[in-house]
Amino acid sequence: MPDSSAKPRVGLFATCLVDLFRPSVGFAAARLIERGGCEVIVPAQTCCGQPAFNSGDRKNAREIAAQNIEAFAGCDYIVAPSGSCAGMMAKHYPELFEGDPNMAARANAFAAKCHELLSFLVDERGVTKAEADYPREVTYHDSCAGLRELNVQSQPRKLLASVGGLTLTELKNSDVCCGFGGTFAVKYGEISDAIVTEKCAHITAGGAGVLLAGDLGCLMNMAGKLSRQGSKIEVRHIAEVLAGMTDEPPISAPREPGK
Amino acid sequence: MSALPTSENFKANAHAALGDAQLQKALGHVRVNFIERRASAAAGLPEFEALRDSARDIKNHTLAHLDLYLEAYEKNVTASGGRVHFARDAKEACALIVDICKAEGARNVTKGKSMVSEEIGLNAAIEAAGMAAVETDLGEYIIQLRGEAPSHIIAPAVHLNKEQVEADFRRVHTALPEGRNLDAPESLLAEARGILREKFLDADVGVTGANFLVAETGTSIIVTNEGNGDLTQTLPRAHIVIASIEKIVPTLEDASQILRVLARSATGQDMSVYTTLSTGPRRASDPDGPRAYHVVLLDNGRSAMLGTEFEDMLRCIRCGACMNHCPVYHAVGGHAYGWVYPGPMGAVLTPSLIGVDKGGHLPNASTFCGRCESVCPVRIPLPKMMRHWREREFERHLSPASVRYGIGVWAFFAKRPALYRLAAGIAMGALGLLGSARGRFRKLPLAGGWTDHRDMPAPQGRTFQSQWKAKGGRTR
Repeated sequence: MPDSSAKPRVGLFATCLVDLFRPSVGFAAARLIERGGCEVIVPAQTCCGQPAFNSGDRKNAREIAAQNIEAFAGCDYIVAPSGSCAGMMAKHYPELFEGDPNMAARANAFAAKCHELLSFLVDERGVTKAEADYPREVTYHDSCAGLRELNVQSQPRKLLASVGGLTLTELKNSDVCCGFGGTFAVKYGEISDAIVTEKCAHITAGGAGVLLAGDLGCLMNMAGKLSRQGSKIEVRHIAEVLAGMTDEPPISAPREPGK
Repeated sequence: MSALPTSENFKANAHAALGDAQLQKALGHVRVNFIERRASAAAGLPEFEALRDSARDIKNHTLAHLDLYLEAYEKNVTASGGRVHFARDAKEACALIVDICKAEGARNVTKGKSMVSEEIGLNAAIEAAGMAAVETDLGEYIIQLRGEAPSHIIAPAVHLNKEQVEADFRRVHTALPEGRNLDAPESLLAEARGILREKFLDADVGVTGANFLVAETGTSIIVTNEGNGDLTQTLPRAHIVIASIEKIVPTLEDASQILRVLARSATGQDMSVYTTLSTGPRRASDPDGPRAYHVVLLDNGRSAMLGTEFEDMLRCIRCGACMNHCPVYHAVGGHAYGWVYPGPMGAVLTPSLIGVDKGGHLPNASTFCGRCESVCPVRIPLPKMMRHWREREFERHLSPASVRYGIGVWAFFAKRPALYRLAAGIAMGALGLLGSARGRFRKLPLAGGWTDHRDMPAPQGRTFQSQWKAKGGRTR
């Protein structure tokens, strides 16, 4: 029997984009999970398998899923700073192993332990306050998978409201896709561009100096477009702000000399 | 319209659409109005979500017993004096309808709005047989004048503006005074109404679609906002209903249940202006109505979807909510999809009907944002079914070689965590160094699809996993 007073063991699934492009989000997520009264481990990991799954390559998607189920076997929870990857694991892993006598039960049990970071903090751990200050006007984009697969909507707003000095200006059409869509952004670059251009028009018109969201894919898309447009709007993952870890330059922004 | 698909050219179609300033302006109507109206209609009805469940369940039940309900429907149509004809495909359906028109000695055929008639290319078939086919829904009438296909399943001319319609009317309605004022939308409407009134009175046969076919009574139901469907089906000698087999519902009660979500999802109305039920031809005691009543029931690939991963698609009630909420449809409009059915429902249905080899772009051109599924009145899991098409393509090696290769290389590393960490460490270290001064790349080799349109943010440098380990973080 595990010690009931022991802290829950959370396997942090950093996501491949955070691992590769923005490790600071991983550290921010780890700090938030620890503040939520949990211990954090980071098992060896690559990707959730979504690129294969959404390209119709079920075989590779299954193999990667099985690898993750194995790697995180000892965790009470698996938490990802991404609605998209958490949705893949929580909603689609069971689909991948439907009818597989060896894996179906394991996949279902694994899926039930998977959470998106902010909904984990608020809904599972009862966190009501972020211990951070960020005296800026920010706006927030609801990333699609988190919003529609995992009902991540009130949780980020609740936590942002508790950040010292922060003002949230709601983004018009915040629930409309930014046009990223994984490989879609490259396969149908021109359409993706039209969608992100419209998104950036709303972001710019809103007037906030900082754009936040909970998915690095969407953030890289919007940050990449804003910087191409010459915009000065800073783009960050919401976990960085909630954890009070905003020392790293914003996404797509240059590193100051000497840092 | 021509039923020849151009879905294979989706990318080129989309490119043209994105560069068409007039179209982009017209699409603004879809991006705003449809969405706001549906949202307020849904919010105004506390049981709306429960009704969606109920609509889904009614459709699922019907599809599970489709053969029985089709038989009951046929029996009841026959009992009311009508005739049911089964058509396996578009060609058979057109031939049946043309034969009925010929037997009626028809010269003029009026048509209510019907997407199935677009699917089978009915107008072309009627005209090829030497008869005139006239669309009587205003939007359909306009695009018929232009020789275009509908760009939306409930708002066929949504891609046009008032000035274009005025120019078409002046071009075609040459018997009317040249100097007439057509500035106001009302004057365009009045002109179309005047022209169409003559067509209604001249018609020998009227063809309508059906929103529902009711098995227990043999009734067909159409919903319209213009009343053109009523004039189409009651004035001529014969009324032909062309509908696909999944339009069946068991009872009138079921139809009224689904009607409660249909208009709310489509236009945000509580009910469409006209909901018209027709059961058989004119009875002895009726003062008017058609003397003959035919139903052509089209399969065209639908029965082959039963029992497959695409069966859920047969629940579709053609409300258009999915395309009204689709960012891709908003960007490129309906014509880019290249066939009859655009938007998310078209992205699933089109490959079923014309083949995934021709329609394969459509289920790929989605961000899987899920907004379509979130508003679908019969809860069709549209993204999931688009993914199923991608799986079929992948299995059949129809996906582009570059995509297969890319996924293959990526999966090779994703399945080998140690190798992945090594390669990622080297690549991100290098990219981080290269990009740190500017924070982004304006161009990157092999990433043109991305950097043609936006910058690629530079990575911070060392990967998260290597930094975590270096700082003594636990990995197990």
